[in-house]
Amino acid sequence: MSKKRVAIVGTGQTHHKSHRPDVNGQELINEAVQRGLEDADLTIDDIDAVVIGNMDHFEGINYTDCWSVDGSGAFMKPIMKLTTGGTTGSTLGIGGYHMVASGLFEKVLVIGWEKNSESDTTGAITTAFDAVWDRLVFAGAISGLAVEAQAYMAKYGATDRDGARVSVRDRKHACNNPYTQLRKEVTLDEVLASPMLADPIHLLDVCPRTDGACAVIMANEDVAEKICSNPDWILATANRHTYTYLGDVNWGELDSMAGAAKDLFNKAGIKEPRNEIDVIELYQPYSFAGIIWIEDLGIVGRGKGAEYIWSGATDMGGELPINPSGGVIACNPIGATGLIRCAEAALQVMGKAEQRQVPDVNIALSSGFGGCMWTDLILHGKKKPDF
Amino acid sequence: MEKKDLLIIESGNITQPFNYAVGLHGSKFFRELKDNKRILGIKCPKCKKVYVPPRRVCGPCFVEMDEFVEVGPNGKIGSFTILRYAFIDPETGEQKPVPYGYGFIQFDGADTLFQHYINIDDESKIKIGARVEPVFAKERKGTIRDIEYFRVIE
Repeated sequence: MSKKRVAIVGTGQTHHKSHRPDVNGQELINEAVQRGLEDADLTIDDIDAVVIGNMDHFEGINYTDCWSVDGSGAFMKPIMKLTTGGTTGSTLGIGGYHMVASGLFEKVLVIGWEKNSESDTTGAITTAFDAVWDRLVFAGAISGLAVEAQAYMAKYGATDRDGARVSVRDRKHACNNPYTQLRKEVTLDEVLASPMLADPIHLLDVCPRTDGACAVIMANEDVAEKICSNPDWILATANRHTYTYLGDVNWGELDSMAGAAKDLFNKAGIKEPRNEIDVIELYQPYSFAGIIWIEDLGIVGRGKGAEYIWSGATDMGGELPINPSGGVIACNPIGATGLIRCAEAALQVMGKAEQRQVPDVNIALSSGFGGCMWTDLILHGKKKPDF
Repeated sequence: MEKKDLLIIESGNITQPFNYAVGLHGSKFFRELKDNKRILGIKCPKCKKVYVPPRRVCGPCFVEMDEFVEVGPNGKIGSFTILRYAFIDPETGEQKPVPYGYGFIQFDGADTLFQHYINIDDESKIKIGARVEPVFAKERKGTIRDIEYFRVIE
C-alpha cells in the first residue's frame, strides 16, 4: 500500500457563541458533523473512520471518543481521540491526514469541539502543567503569552500599540465571518484603554472563551475529485514540540514554529513563503503573536513583524492577508480552534469563503498553537501535489 | 424553549487529591532547598547546559545527567509579567490574589529559567535583566514554596 494524496472535500462549523446552554457536548458535535456532511454531499455511511478531540479538562469528562458516538456518527465505526492541548484541532487535522494518506481509510471525518463555558478556562489550562514545578505562579494561557510578549518587546523594541494594531485587524476581519463569536470592530485606542490583564496584554488583545465545534472531511485521491470538483489538497504538514518545563522556553521567539515552518516549506518546496503563500489562518490567541510568529514562520525577518503589520500587508486586500475569519481573537472553542483554522484555509482554497474570501488563493497556511509553546502547521493548495 | 428553561447542573465543590512523585533529582533539589537553602542545577555531559530544576535527561541531547551544580541563589529576571486579573487557582479552588509579579528567574550559573513570584511593591524596578534574590520561607517543608518570592536587589 503506497502513500495517498489527501484532500479536504467538506467542512462544517457551528455558529460559535460564548454559551450554548441549548446543547450538550454531543449535540454540539452533531451540528458541525451534519454541516460537514451536507457541505461534502455525503452521508455518515460514506465515512470510513472518525478522529475526534477536545481538551478533557475543560468539561471535566474524559473519553469524548466513547460518549459522543451518537453525535459524531461514529456508532460502530473506527474512532480514536487526539488531545494535544491548544494544538488539539490542528493535530486532529494532521492525524486525519495521516489516516487517509496511509491508504488504510478512504474517507475520514475529523471533529474538534469544546464547551469552554462549562468551567473556569484558566484554572483548567493550569492543570495541563507540571504540578510540582510549574503551577505556583502560572495563570493559564495569558501569563505565558504575556511573558513571551515582554521578552520580545525587550529584545526588539515593539510596543503595546503594535500589538493593538493586530487586534484591530483581526476584529475587523471577524465582521465578515457569520460563524465567529465576536463581530465588532475596535479602534487602537479602545484596545489600549481596555483593562490590563497581564502586562502588556489588554483585554482586547486576547481571545474569548467559546462553545463551538468544527468538522472536516478528508478523502484520498481516488475519490476526492468525485466528491468535490475543486478540493483543498493537503500539500504538507509539520509539527514540533519543545516543552518540558516552562522555564526551558526560549521566550520571545517561538522555536517550535520556526522548526516546523522550516520542515513544512522544505517538504513542499516553498522557497519564499511571503511570495508563494496567498493567505494564512494563524492560531494567534493574542495580538503580539501576530507580530512575533510571522517572524518565526519566515514571512519577515527578526524584528520586522510590527513594520509589516502596520504596512497593511496582512489586512484584507493586502499582499498576504492573515486571519480573514477574524482568527482566534474573535473566537476560541479551544479543541476546535486549530481545526477551524484548517477548515477556513480549506474554504479559501476551495473559493467558498464568501464575504471573507481572499481572491485567487492557490496556497494557504493554517497553524495550531499550544500553551506549552507547541506548533502544528498544515499547508493547503489548489493543485494536487506531485509527490 | 426559553433560555431560563435550559438547565445547567453545577458540580458543586468536588475535590480530587493527587500524590505527585517528584523523582530522584527533584527530591534532592527540594531537600537541599529545605535543609541548606541551596539551589541545585544539573549539567548535561554533552552540551554542558545547566538545567534548573534538575531532571534526569537532557531532552535535546537525550542523554542521562548526573552532575549536580550549585547555582544562585541570586540571579536576574529573564522575563516576567504582572498578573492583574482574577481566576480560580486549581491548587486551592480559590481565587488567586491579584495583582502579583510572575517571574522567570535565571539563577547565576544556570541556563534555564525558574518560575516564581516577584515582589512588586515597586513595579518600576521590575525589568528584564534586573538582579534579584530569593526570600526563603522561615519554615521550609521541601516544596516550591520554600522560596516565598524573589525581590529586586538595589
